[in-house]
Amino acid sequence: MPNLKDLKNRIASVKSTRKITKAMQMVAAAKLRRAEEAAEMARPYTEKFTDVMSTLAASVGNSPSAPALLRGTGSEDTHLLVVITAERGLCGGFNSSIVKLAKLQAAELVGKGKTVKILTVGKKGREQLRRDFGQYSVGHVDLSDIKRVGYVNAQDIARDVLARFDGGEFDVCTIFFSRFESVISQVPTAQQIIPATFDAETTESGKLSDYEPSEEGILADLLPRGVAVQIFAALLENAASEQGARMSAMDNATRNAGDMIEDLTIEYNRSRQAVITNELIEIISGAEAL
Amino acid sequence: MADTMQFDLVSPERSLASHPATAVQIPAAEGDMTAMPNHAPVLTTLRPGILTVTGPDGKSEYAVTGGFAEITPEGLTVLAEGAYERHADHRAAIEAHLEEARKAASEVAGEHKDTADKFVADLVHLLDHMQ
Repeated sequence: MPNLKDLKNRIASVKSTRKITKAMQMVAAAKLRRAEEAAEMARPYTEKFTDVMSTLAASVGNSPSAPALLRGTGSEDTHLLVVITAERGLCGGFNSSIVKLAKLQAAELVGKGKTVKILTVGKKGREQLRRDFGQYSVGHVDLSDIKRVGYVNAQDIARDVLARFDGGEFDVCTIFFSRFESVISQVPTAQQIIPATFDAETTESGKLSDYEPSEEGILADLLPRGVAVQIFAALLENAASEQGARMSAMDNATRNAGDMIEDLTIEYNRSRQAVITNELIEIISGAEAL
Repeated sequence: MADTMQFDLVSPERSLASHPATAVQIPAAEGDMTAMPNHAPVLTTLRPGILTVTGPDGKSEYAVTGGFAEITPEGLTVLAEGAYERHADHRAAIEAHLEEARKAASEVAGEHKDTADKFVADLVHLLDHMQ
């Protein structure tokens, strides 16, 4: 049986852990609100952009003169997987679930005999992928110094991806991130960004417009931006998901710590009672022996 | 005839303006153009330049660093890469863009060289007009 002193120390230590997790939960809640606001602000741009792009893409269609970013390179032998994760842990299964999805897809592609290249964004993803898929890694983007992701960060990543595409390093590019549904639910998502895909349903057909310069000229100008826009949207979704996941993980941890304190307190009280009873028995039996 | 149209200016990070306007002058890729209510639908890309909005409450000006604009009879939506109010305080932001564009222009060659050089020139021009 652990002695009283040990129990007391453990209770104290669990109590301070609970304080920390509680504080982390509150910080995450505040950050989540900010991340959600940022995602909200970016939404009009992304929506409008996708709208215009899908209209354009539908009208240019699969004509042979369509830009490679839309049409593809004609083969799909080399895949670039951009895995976007957080820079920090302690956020439940957030990082692992994204990595798991990426691993699954990578293994499937390798199984089909395709070449896989992996670009990681965020420290945690790189750490988790290093062991099994380290040999496929072609680069890493570090965002640990950035407090709040901006469009510039997305542009930097997009520029890197596009340079690789122009250099013929890959045919298909897919990004992995977590879509923010609610505080308790974040859905790991894979989204193909090169060649660009659009929801056919959002396309408004029969909309007549003049284009300046030409339809294809605009498309050629917009497609690279589309990559940046989609990465930016993914970064924002990810930031919100990360905080949401951390918030619920820390909420759980706080509650668990509370349960543990209760159990330990009961055990502590019981042992103390036992010690007292023992002492009483000793005294009484001592007195009887006289 | 409607005498105002809906004007929206959004950048990837936030929405800068959304209000009725009577005329908007935009720096389109192939020359400035002014959009007014009931304009024929046009989709155009933008070069860096000054965007002037005339509305019922007077004029306001913004500096944009590229993007595109969609004009419909009912309104105008500008999706700018970077957009700032025309104000001396925002010079630094434009200068940062210019710095980056110069670097990018020095790296590219071939057919993209002209585009990159023009982008730099347009930014320099824009910077001259930010007082």
